[in-house]
Amino acid sequence: MASVSLKNVRKNYGAADIIKGVDIDIADGEFCVFVGPSGCGKSTLLRMIAGLEDISGGTLSIGDRVVNDLPPKDRSIAMVFQSYAIFPHMTVRENLAFGLTIANAPKVEKDAKVAEAARILQMEHLLERRPSQLSGGQRQRVAIGRAIVRKPGVFLFDEPLSNLDAALRVDMRMELAKLHNDLGATMVYVTHDQVEAMTLADKIVVLNAGIVQQVGSPLELYHCPVNKFVAGFIGSPKMNFFDLMVESGDDAGLRISGPALQEFSLPLTGAAERLVGKKLTMGVRPHDLYLSGDGPLKGTVILVEHLGNETLVSLSLTNGQAVIVALDGDTECRVGQTLKVGFPANKVHLFEENGNRVAV
Amino acid sequence: MAQLSADNHGLRLVVRYTVLGLIALIFVFPLVFMLMSSLKPDAQLLSDTRSLRAFLPVGDISLDNYFDAFRRAPVGLFIFNSVIVTGVTVVLTLFICSAAAFAFVFVDWRGRDLVLTLILATLIVPFETIAIPLLLIASKLPWLGFDGLTYGWLNSYQVQIIPFVADGLTIFLFVQYFKDLPGELIEAARVEGASWWQVYRRVVIPLAGPVLATAAILKFLVMYNQYLWPLMVVQEERYRPVMVGLQYFFQLNRAWGEIMAYLSLITVPVLAFYLFLQRAFIASIASTGVKG
Repeated sequence: MASVSLKNVRKNYGAADIIKGVDIDIADGEFCVFVGPSGCGKSTLLRMIAGLEDISGGTLSIGDRVVNDLPPKDRSIAMVFQSYAIFPHMTVRENLAFGLTIANAPKVEKDAKVAEAARILQMEHLLERRPSQLSGGQRQRVAIGRAIVRKPGVFLFDEPLSNLDAALRVDMRMELAKLHNDLGATMVYVTHDQVEAMTLADKIVVLNAGIVQQVGSPLELYHCPVNKFVAGFIGSPKMNFFDLMVESGDDAGLRISGPALQEFSLPLTGAAERLVGKKLTMGVRPHDLYLSGDGPLKGTVILVEHLGNETLVSLSLTNGQAVIVALDGDTECRVGQTLKVGFPANKVHLFEENGNRVAV
Repeated sequence: MAQLSADNHGLRLVVRYTVLGLIALIFVFPLVFMLMSSLKPDAQLLSDTRSLRAFLPVGDISLDNYFDAFRRAPVGLFIFNSVIVTGVTVVLTLFICSAAAFAFVFVDWRGRDLVLTLILATLIVPFETIAIPLLLIASKLPWLGFDGLTYGWLNSYQVQIIPFVADGLTIFLFVQYFKDLPGELIEAARVEGASWWQVYRRVVIPLAGPVLATAAILKFLVMYNQYLWPLMVVQEERYRPVMVGLQYFFQLNRAWGEIMAYLSLITVPVLAFYLFLQRAFIASIASTGVKG
């Protein structure tokens, strides 16, 4: 196993900067997830770790070796691709053994390692089949198996579950988590699905436009996002945002008003004076909103989604802004109904105009 | 309504197969004429051309023309020479052009696009324009063979083979095909530790069956039908290929039956080779979008 360290790593294609100086430390045995919207550079970053993309600047180390200029085969990595990338002209057994065959490993060793990988992934009965005779989930399992067989220092996953259907994705997610526990291996995983990121990761790296927005544990990112981007990206349904004006502030807290809000007080004392007169953005997660007769938010129900365990209600506020409220599964609501909604003061996230979290 | 639609469908099929059948006949007629004529004496052959008898095995039928053809010319030697020259050229072409295309598609190197453009530009240069310079070069090139170091490649197998082992069209076919292979397969092999050679041999070539077949057939036809170049560079009978051998039958006492017998003999290998690779050939033409 091995740690991975990126120091001021950059990537540019001509004048276009794709990765703009990334610093990340991934500890030995850690499950690190790169998450971000399409085009944020997360896959490029993973491919740079793999050695499939050149590094324009900075230092990339795996274990205690700088690997900037090493080819993929010398980096002690294995990679699982979104499209599985298993070889269609080989049987499952040949696919699993590919890396060992290339390395001229003895047949006994090859057979033993293939058998072990097949056992771990429960696909002993598939070994003589060709990829065309496998389902999507089985193919992905072969791709993962091929990675396991070589016992690499670092496993790299590039959106491995994106091509699977929803139910299979949940199953495979659990299997990956179990695999990580069993192998104790360092894993770097790229996804645009924040649920995957939250459920699998020891550490999440949120990327946007080639810049690391925040690095932390799933709950750190959820409870304490450093900026509006992270706040909006992590959590499902998405965090609701409201434009605000801080009217006044004193030892008791801030008086706040906004276009779709009744004026209310927020017991935020540390930064009261600095914030008076400022425009801010308030973020509240749908699960932190509740029905309240004297809540500061008032809107008309435009959509009700009964999910069983919870009910997602979309409200249109007086200024037309849409807000999602996650209520108890048994809550009765109908379209057109007017609701008033409140939130606990300690669940409010405040962001300055530049998007950064208000430091208090 | 359904009945009407089924009738229409049936009618369309009849029309389609009738048209296809007619086209097939047009293509098959010359071959049938050649085979039938090869079995007839010259007098009957010429008189039969005025009727459908030309396409039928009727009248005085025998294999005499074949025996006469073998007496008049060393047919076996010519076929042997052509098979050697064609076979070796096809094998070398497949290797060299696929390896070149591999480097153009999968390996990143400076000047790659320029070099590929230059190679593709050679497609528009007719062979006749470079034949004389090529002859001059070939006549002076050194060769290390069983006789030690010699100069001049004229009258040899290599002069018929080496100038043709790489060509723009075959490289283009491979480039087009390789571009359609999923890039992640190549990346997966690289990550698994494969060298470029191993990626080529273990991943790309096993997946390139259809284009290998297409390139093989196209090259086979070009090489087997070579006439101008061997006529220029081969004066000795022992290296002469089949097409140049055809001349033997047009000198003195022209005998059409023998010519037809000779043509039948040299056509059979081509048809056999095509039928052998036909399925892969059609698959590749369909997948590369290139007409043969």
